Amino acid sequence: MADTPSPDSFDAIVVGAGPAGSAAALALARAGRSVVIIERGPFPGSKNVYGGVVYARVLDDVIPNWWEQVPVQRWVVRRSTMVMTGSQAVTVDVRTQAWGRPPYNGMTVYRADFDSWLADQAVAAGASLVTSTVATGLVRDGTGRVTGVRTDRPGGDLASRVVIACDGVNSFLAKEAGLLPKADAAHHTLGVKEVLALPAEVIEDRFGLAPGEGLDIEMIGCTRGIPGGGFLYTNRDTVNVGVVVSLTGLAASGVRPEELIADLKEHPAVAPWLRGAAVKEYGAHLIPEGGYDAMPALAADGFLVAGDAAGMTLAAGLWLEGVNFAIGAGLAAGRAAAAAIAQGDVTAAGLAGYRKALEANFVLQDHKRLRGAPQLVLSDRMQRQYVQLICDLAEQVFTVTNPEPKPGLVKLLLRGARRHKVRVRDLVRDGIETAKVFR
Amino acid sequence: MATVEFRVGARAHIVVDSDVCRSCTTKACVSACPANLFAPTSDGGILFNYEQCFECGTCYMVCNSEGAIEWTYPDGGQGVVFRHG
Repeated sequence: MADTPSPDSFDAIVVGAGPAGSAAALALARAGRSVVIIERGPFPGSKNVYGGVVYARVLDDVIPNWWEQVPVQRWVVRRSTMVMTGSQAVTVDVRTQAWGRPPYNGMTVYRADFDSWLADQAVAAGASLVTSTVATGLVRDGTGRVTGVRTDRPGGDLASRVVIACDGVNSFLAKEAGLLPKADAAHHTLGVKEVLALPAEVIEDRFGLAPGEGLDIEMIGCTRGIPGGGFLYTNRDTVNVGVVVSLTGLAASGVRPEELIADLKEHPAVAPWLRGAAVKEYGAHLIPEGGYDAMPALAADGFLVAGDAAGMTLAAGLWLEGVNFAIGAGLAAGRAAAAAIAQGDVTAAGLAGYRKALEANFVLQDHKRLRGAPQLVLSDRMQRQYVQLICDLAEQVFTVTNPEPKPGLVKLLLRGARRHKVRVRDLVRDGIETAKVFR
Repeated sequence: MATVEFRVGARAHIVVDSDVCRSCTTKACVSACPANLFAPTSDGGILFNYEQCFECGTCYMVCNSEGAIEWTYPDGGQGVVFRHG
């Protein structure tokens, strides 16, 4: 294991130049290790679609003042949550100017720009980047230890001491290694979105933003009862609108994903914002939403998994994050791989520092703490009954029915619960469960 | 989708075994695929095209019978190119 690598081999091969892969390669290169990133697209980010906001404080220690160079679209200063039925909407709108100045909070980006920028950081640190190349499989030795990857280039086998699979939600490498099931519809959602062009000044007027400021809205109740939600966020001169839905729910419904976007765009609370906007791009991507309990083993002999490949997207209702988790995991994987190589032990045991590092920071702590959230958020009561209950309650609280006197709030709540067949027992139980999950 | 760039490769990265599809009762791929690439045929099979695939993986994930849809990535550099993803 401590053998000298041949000239055409690397200390580490990272598969995928997304946020996890570039972060892993950056960490390895900074540790003085030879590392190559294999990317199947023509450039980093060309295969990636996301749903709103990148939270990049995880880069503070790695790229000082990253905000001065990152290819940002808008800094998010407004974060709204909208609960809606076909004809109603109740919005909680959080705005703070603190998010609009360093060190910032969240930003909107185009993944083609952001992922390319992060890959550039890895290359500047000494990593090699090979694009337009698919890692088609693993190379293993007689003991099963991963010793490299096959690629679709002629004579394209590459050898390394460690392979880090950052090959995304469909990770065929993690599947080949036996860490992920071949198909797992129950733990994945489909995100589809449209990128709609509008002049920057129009976006700023419609959404109450100053130049450079952005908005992100997360929505629930806009997916015809299919577990999931909607979103809308602003780039400099595009508005992005989409939905994220449970794969099993979508399949069972027979509804086409484009119909759900069309619904959302026509919603009375959304349509005026999009008037005159032209579709610039339409895209789709899977999201691993199983949370902590659906994550695979993160290491095997000579092999680590990070980012979407390891199911690290946090889909916890209030918080919907992924890129930051991918970067955090990638950095930890790169550092753990570098340490294991230095120690001369790249077995799963030698690479165990990876999981330890994730357990000590937000990546696994957030996931572990919120492990019950995906199930709770996607439950039928949360998705249908409570949405209707909240919208009706808000409507009735603000409907003045003179000469009738105002009804009490408790009476309105109980009346709404009856109408939408919500049992008080379930309401209390779900309230306790919600408090437990988000404690 | 006229709004998305596709670099179409010569090799089909999706292969459907229509013999398996004929016994499928759900044909979930037909409605769930966000690129609308799957169509049922009159003899109970599935007609598909791969050229305008977003490479999301929905089809094989929702597929009822393992083995009906064989799905790999397009060759390096081919397939969808998102500029605003």
